[in-house]
Amino acid sequence: MGDQKGSGNRLEAYWKANLRLIWILLAIWFAVAYVPPLFVNQLNAIVIAGFPLGYYMGSQGSLIVFVVLIFYYAWRMNKMDQEYGLRDKDK
Amino acid sequence: MFQNMTLPKAYGLFTIGFLLFSITLLLLELFAGLPTGIIGWAFILLTMGLYATIGIMSRTKVLDEYYVAGRRVPAFANGMATGADWMSAASFISMAGSLWVLGYDGLAYIMGWTGGYVLLALLFAPYLRKFGQFTIPDFVGARFGGNKARGVAAVAAIIVSFTYVTAQVTGVGLIMSRFIGVPYELGVVIGLSGVLVCSFLGGMKAVTWTQVAQYIILITAYLIPVTFLAVKLTGFPISELAYGQALQNIQKLEADQKITKGYVTPYNEPLTNASSRGAITQINQMAGTTMPVAEPKSVPDWLNTPWDFIALTFVLMIGTAGLPHILIRFYTVPSIRESRVSVGWALFFIFLLYFTAPAYAAFSRWEILQNVVGLKIGSVEDSGKTWTTVLGKDGKPLPWVLGFAKTGLLTITDANKDGVLQFTDLSINADLIVLSTPEIAGLPYTIFALVAAGGLAAALSTADGLLVVIASAVAHDFYFRILNPKASAQSRMNLGKAMVVVAAAAAALAAMPRLALIVQMVSWAFSLAAGSFFPIVLLGIFWKRANGPGAIAGIIGGLAVTIFYMVNNYLDPSFNILGISHLSSGLFGAAANFALTIGVSLVTAPPPKEIQDFVDHVRHPRDEDVAESAPAAAPAAE
Repeated sequence: MGDQKGSGNRLEAYWKANLRLIWILLAIWFAVAYVPPLFVNQLNAIVIAGFPLGYYMGSQGSLIVFVVLIFYYAWRMNKMDQEYGLRDKDK
Repeated sequence: MFQNMTLPKAYGLFTIGFLLFSITLLLLELFAGLPTGIIGWAFILLTMGLYATIGIMSRTKVLDEYYVAGRRVPAFANGMATGADWMSAASFISMAGSLWVLGYDGLAYIMGWTGGYVLLALLFAPYLRKFGQFTIPDFVGARFGGNKARGVAAVAAIIVSFTYVTAQVTGVGLIMSRFIGVPYELGVVIGLSGVLVCSFLGGMKAVTWTQVAQYIILITAYLIPVTFLAVKLTGFPISELAYGQALQNIQKLEADQKITKGYVTPYNEPLTNASSRGAITQINQMAGTTMPVAEPKSVPDWLNTPWDFIALTFVLMIGTAGLPHILIRFYTVPSIRESRVSVGWALFFIFLLYFTAPAYAAFSRWEILQNVVGLKIGSVEDSGKTWTTVLGKDGKPLPWVLGFAKTGLLTITDANKDGVLQFTDLSINADLIVLSTPEIAGLPYTIFALVAAGGLAAALSTADGLLVVIASAVAHDFYFRILNPKASAQSRMNLGKAMVVVAAAAAALAAMPRLALIVQMVSWAFSLAAGSFFPIVLLGIFWKRANGPGAIAGIIGGLAVTIFYMVNNYLDPSFNILGISHLSSGLFGAAANFALTIGVSLVTAPPPKEIQDFVDHVRHPRDEDVAESAPAAAPAAE
C-alpha cells in the first residue's frame, strides 16, 4: 500500500484517527467516573432493585463501562491497523 | 488466542482440582470432624507447595525469559497474570473492609483501581509493547536520551515498588498470624520464603505462570464466601445482584439503631492523624525510642465536599498507569494486538473481584448490624488478662471476638455501660473484615481457610512482581546499563537474584511496625507512581517536544512535592488543600511533574531528530519494526 511518501501521510492519518478515538473514549471515561460523585445525594434518591443509583454508579456502573471501553478500543484499533496496512506480526 | 492449547487445559484441570480439594476438606470438616488446625496447614502447604513447584519448573538462565517471560505470554494468560500482579493484599484483604468502614467514600478504591486500566489501554500498553525492552527505566532512558534520565527513573521505580511491597508483607504477616497462629514477625518470614521460591529462580517467567495459578486461587477464595453469605442472608446465590437488599436493610437498621454516619451517604469522614499516631506509638514500643506522639486530631472542615474522594479516585487511576510492575507486563505479550486485548482481559479478571467487593462489604455490615449488635457484653479470662467480649444468645462468649481481640485489631468498649453492644462499641480494623466475616457469620472453618489462602495468593503474587522490578532496576538499569555495559548475562542474573533477597529482607524489616492500613500504604505507592512515572511516560509518547532535562526535573520535582505533602498531612491533618488527604498527595506531585517537564523542555533544546523518529517508531505498529527479542532496534541514546 503506497510508496515512501504515501506511507508518511498514511501514518499521519492513522495517528490522527487514533487520537480522535482516544479523546472520545476518554470523555466517556471521565463522565462515568467523575460526574456521578458530584451528584451522589441526588442520585441516591433514585433506587433501582434496592440499589441507590449514586452508590451503584461507584460500585458497579462505572466499572462495566470501563471494561466495555477497553475491549471496544482494542477491537477498533486492531481493525484500524489492518485498514491502514499497519498490522503487526500476530502469529 | 492461545498459541499453546495445552495451557487452558492445564489451568482448567488445576481449577477443578483446587475446587475438589476445598470441597473434600469442607465435607471432612462437617461430617468427620476434621480438626481446624489440619485444614489450615493443608491449605498453606498445598498452595505454597504449588507455587514452589511452578517456580522451580520455570527456572531459567535466559535473560529474555528472566526479564520478560520470553515475550510468549498469550493475551488471555497475561490478563490473568496482570490480575494477580495487580490484586494485592490491598484489594483482597483490605478493600472490602475499607468499604465496610467508610461506606460510599470507600468506593474511591473500587473506581480508582479499575478506571486506571482505561488509561493503560488507551495511552500506554500498545506503545510500550512496540518499544519492547526490559524495564520502564529502559523506556525513559531511550526516550529521554541517556543514562541520567534512566538512573533517575530507576531510583523512582525502586521507591514506588518498595513502598508497595512493604504493604504486601504486612498483609502476609497478618494472615499468617491469624491463620496458623504464629507471631506476626515469624509469619512475615514464612510468607516471604514463599515469594522467594518463585521469583528467585525463574524471574518473570516463573512469576507469570505462578501468578496465573494464584489468580485462580484468589478469585475462587473471594467468590465462594460471598456466595455463602448471600445465600444465608437473602436465599439468592448471586451476591452482586442481591446486595441491593443488603443496602436497603443496612439503611433501615441504621435508622432503627440511630446511627448517624450512613453507609450510602457520601463524604462523611473527617481527616485524622490516627494512622500516624498508631505508627509512632508502635515504633516507640518496638525500638524503645521516645518520639513524641501527637494529640488526636480530627479536621472536619471539608466534610460533605467531594474533593478528597475525587482526588483519591484520580490519583489511583493515574497511579495505576504509572506503576512499573504493571507496565512491564505489557512487554511480555507476543504482539501489539495482543497487548491491547490483554489490557481488556486484565481488567475483566480484576473486575470479577471488584464487582463483588461491595457485596462482600454490604453483607458483612448487614450481618453485624442484624445479628451481632444488641448482644450482651461480658468479659472472659485468657492468658492472665481480662478481655471485654460479646456473649452469644446462649450466654457464652463468642469465640471469634477473643481470637480477633488478641491481634489488637478488634476492641469492644461499652461506652454507655448498659451491657448491650451498640454499633459504635465495636471498633474493628478495616484489614480484618474480609478475614473475619466468614467466622462472624458462622460459616465453616474451611471457608475461612480458603479466604486466608486467597489473601496469601494475592499478597505473594504482587510481592513477586514488585521484587522483579526492584531487582531489575538494580541489576539491569544501574549495573548493566550504567556501570558495566560489558557485564555477562550470568553476572547480571546473579546480581538480580541477590537483589531479590536483599529487597525482600528490607521489606520485612520495614513492615515490622504497622505504619497504616494496607490500603493506605498501597495508596502511597500509587501517589508516588502518579507523581513520578505517569506524566513523563505520557508526555514521552504524546509530546515529541518533551526532552531529557524536562523529564529529569519532572520526576524529581514530582516525587519531592508528593512526599512533602504526604509527610506533612500524615503527621498533621490541618495541613491540607481542599481537604485532600496524604493518600492522594500524588495529585499535587503529578501536577508539579507535568508543569516542570513541559516548562523545562520548552526552555531547553528540542530532542534530536533520532529521538523524534523514535517517538514515531513507537506510535506506529508495523511488521518490520516489532522487536522479537531485546535489545530492540530503537535508537537508544547510550
